[in-house]
Amino acid sequence: MARHNVTVTVNGEAHSREVDSRLLLVHLIRDELALTGTHIGCDTTHCGACTVLVDGVPTKSCTVLAVQADGAEIGTVEGLADANGMSALQEGFMQEHGLQCGFCTPGMLMTGTALLAANANPSEAEIREAISGNLCRCTGYVNIVKAVEYAAAKMAGADAAGAEEDN
Amino acid sequence: MAPRTSAKICGMGHSMKRKEDPRFLQGKGNYIDDFTLPGMLWLDIVRSPIAYGKIVNIDTTKALEIDGVLAVLTGKDLEAYNLHWMPTLMSDTQMVLPTDTVMYQAQEVAGVIATSRYAAADGVAAVEVEYEPMTPVIDPFQALDDDAPVLRTDKEGQEDNRIWHWEAGDKEATDRIFDEADVVVREKMHVPRIHVASIETCGCLADFNPVEGHLTVYMTTQAPHAIRTVLALVAGHVGLSEEKIRVVSPDIGGGFGGKVPVYPGYVIAIAASVVLGKPVKWIEDRMENLQADSFARDYHMDAEVAADSSGKIRALRIKTLADHGYADAQAAPSKFPAGLFSICTGSYDMENAYAEVDAVYTNKPPGGVAYRCSFRVTEAVHCLERIVDTLAHKVGKDPATLREENFIPKEAFPYHSPLGWEYDSGDYQAAMDKAKEMIGYDDLRREQAEKRARGELMGIGVCSFTEVLGAGPSKDFDILGIKMFDSAEVRVHPTGKAIARFGTKSQGQGHETTYAQIIAEELGLPAAHVQVEEGDTDTAPYGLGTYASRSTPTAGAAGAMAARKIRDKAAKIAAHLLEVSEEDLDWEPGTFSVKGAPDKSVSIQDCAFAAYTNLPEGLEPGMEATNYYDPPNLTFPFGTYICVVDIDRGTGEVSVRRFVAVDDCGNIINPMIVQGQIHGGLTQGLGPALYEEMTYDEDGNNLAGSFMDYLVPTAVETPAWETGHTVTPSPHHPLGAKGVGSRPRWGRRRRSRMRWWTRSRTWG
Repeated sequence: MARHNVTVTVNGEAHSREVDSRLLLVHLIRDELALTGTHIGCDTTHCGACTVLVDGVPTKSCTVLAVQADGAEIGTVEGLADANGMSALQEGFMQEHGLQCGFCTPGMLMTGTALLAANANPSEAEIREAISGNLCRCTGYVNIVKAVEYAAAKMAGADAAGAEEDN
Repeated sequence: MAPRTSAKICGMGHSMKRKEDPRFLQGKGNYIDDFTLPGMLWLDIVRSPIAYGKIVNIDTTKALEIDGVLAVLTGKDLEAYNLHWMPTLMSDTQMVLPTDTVMYQAQEVAGVIATSRYAAADGVAAVEVEYEPMTPVIDPFQALDDDAPVLRTDKEGQEDNRIWHWEAGDKEATDRIFDEADVVVREKMHVPRIHVASIETCGCLADFNPVEGHLTVYMTTQAPHAIRTVLALVAGHVGLSEEKIRVVSPDIGGGFGGKVPVYPGYVIAIAASVVLGKPVKWIEDRMENLQADSFARDYHMDAEVAADSSGKIRALRIKTLADHGYADAQAAPSKFPAGLFSICTGSYDMENAYAEVDAVYTNKPPGGVAYRCSFRVTEAVHCLERIVDTLAHKVGKDPATLREENFIPKEAFPYHSPLGWEYDSGDYQAAMDKAKEMIGYDDLRREQAEKRARGELMGIGVCSFTEVLGAGPSKDFDILGIKMFDSAEVRVHPTGKAIARFGTKSQGQGHETTYAQIIAEELGLPAAHVQVEEGDTDTAPYGLGTYASRSTPTAGAAGAMAARKIRDKAAKIAAHLLEVSEEDLDWEPGTFSVKGAPDKSVSIQDCAFAAYTNLPEGLEPGMEATNYYDPPNLTFPFGTYICVVDIDRGTGEVSVRRFVAVDDCGNIINPMIVQGQIHGGLTQGLGPALYEEMTYDEDGNNLAGSFMDYLVPTAVETPAWETGHTVTPSPHHPLGAKGVGSRPRWGRRRRSRMRWWTRSRTWG
């Protein structure tokens, strides 16, 4: 099998590897670079657990070859928090209880991050549409929508509403 | 209910943010596929393309020529160790790998062991298996035909495809009521075969150390301790005794009942590790997960209600056919083959009832897991609520009114149901009132009447369920003989911080948070200072695991009881420190003070330090306690859900306008988490109501074996759930809690009816 040199920049750090033609991007990220925050859930591009940002675009890394990502800037869940702590979206997920088992969460976070980069004030319908390629079996999506809204409000400098109590 | 503890202590009733969240949010969870060991090998599995047939030959030559493929394990190889069969949790048997016959599509046929994920997959593709197909039995009704082939020829004395017959209630007395009743309604319905489809599939990493004879298995299991015991029982003869087996259940990406059974892949990985002396990892792909792992539901029910002319229910009669596939591989308490289906009289008072279930074998994957459900409670609720709707229609009453007129009144608790349960507490009218108020029920009915007059379609669904959770009291409940208690061990360190370990295993329910809150409630230590651990059989006390909403009723209670033991000891220490007798102490969460002199006090942390440094004479050092909690009864949470849908007459498209869910799960540990559990249950009810079904063609080909065909609801289809609650504490649970997490309450009326019309010719 042919081998290829692939260079990717993941969360700001450059990595070069010689890989098989058929190596999936998600396996490059998880197995070669040991960034296991990106998950695998379906192999058919439906569940979105493997979503990463490729040059800023949410991409399901289980159906992209590593060689296709050569030269790309890749963002994974491990790169969302910085020295100041978790991102507004990560904080939103925690405050609004937007996760339970946590398995879909990295993909949701990457999709949500891209949404907020493109649309600073998305409506509920826009949020639901944006995350419709990311399946969650635990939360029923209600609190994921709220988490994105929380982040949008915080990023806009608004006074983010606290978790809405159970009525 | 206002919390009893301060926000700093964060005991019960606080919506504490989850302690597990930071690691999940930063990609630092430890799920099964995240584990790697030096020298680790990979297992991938050859699966049957046909539903039923003989294996003529398995040729592994080409597979073994592939670079990186080390071995191919077949049933014949396992037979040499007598590991080719295994017991199910329901005392049936199931092949690990076949020696001569395949019984369902996607059944495991051989295991390929290789040095990488990709080489193992190459090996699977290169294994050549020659089959001689046979005509499968797919329809469970046809499985009962006299001329149906007997599928389980491996079982001595098995002369047909029946597995068992179960019944509850007084048949004759129930029949008498039906004979004389003013009104009888009947409906046949099918709760379809579905799949939990947790976003993480199943997998394991088996690590056998040939020098020590010690096996560590990291695996996606909801019941690690029971698995360890089963492994010792099944593989004891090859030297795996229980003290040399460690099962570790790491972070689990959703379980929902699907990670209770032992699947052949786990056993093959363990066998491979033992044979090769190296760590072996097996991770299912989604197709394998959907096509081979345990299904849920698949109950064909024929339900009847007898009532008087006003709609007062007098009796219920249900005849059920349960399709268990190739083996009875349910995960249910041993003495309950039909689970807790006898909760089917639900929230309604009636004179008598009779329910029966017949289970049959077919050429489909084995299973019958308690998916978001306390063992067939979902099937029971679905059946009853639909037939009650039919009754309301028949007698011309509003479905909510008819339910209210039949509710067990709150004064009647503890209530003894006709099928033998003692309901602990309930106030069904309160939940109904709240749900009606939240959704504006009367206005909706008026709007519906107006729309129907104009020819528009608008539906309103009402459901008032009663569940039975918390399996369970050991006099009745066991799995393979192991009593269904659960456990907690709490240790308070000298500086007043604690670690608490439990016999259960969270799969997203947030035990690291809620259990810490229980300890905080009882000891007054801040929940932030209580570290919770589960899932490692070397360190956690023995318990039966997390499924069927049993964790709070059992292990949660154990945590409270263990904490109370520590508090009792702390009181002795406090009396010593304050130089008074124990009787002279008052307790506020976190503080002992002298009666009448509240400024003379010591904190629980002071007591913890003294437990290691300054003990009264004769008191054992240390501050820890263990409790194995055997609940005196089950708990009976309830609620009323109301749904409004608009239907496009032209396209048939259903859109959910509003869905209000009012739950009563007794006293609440963490309102935020309870609400989240209900959101999830509702969405997993929406799935089978409108989108999900595991279907097969007549040859036994799975028609919904990937997420392309098995339609899990996305954020677009899922409505913005509205939740509310009432609180009716359980009188017997130490915390008054009942449990939550099993709430897929949705009907699928129209489709089921159509299916039943095609069935009616074969079902008497």
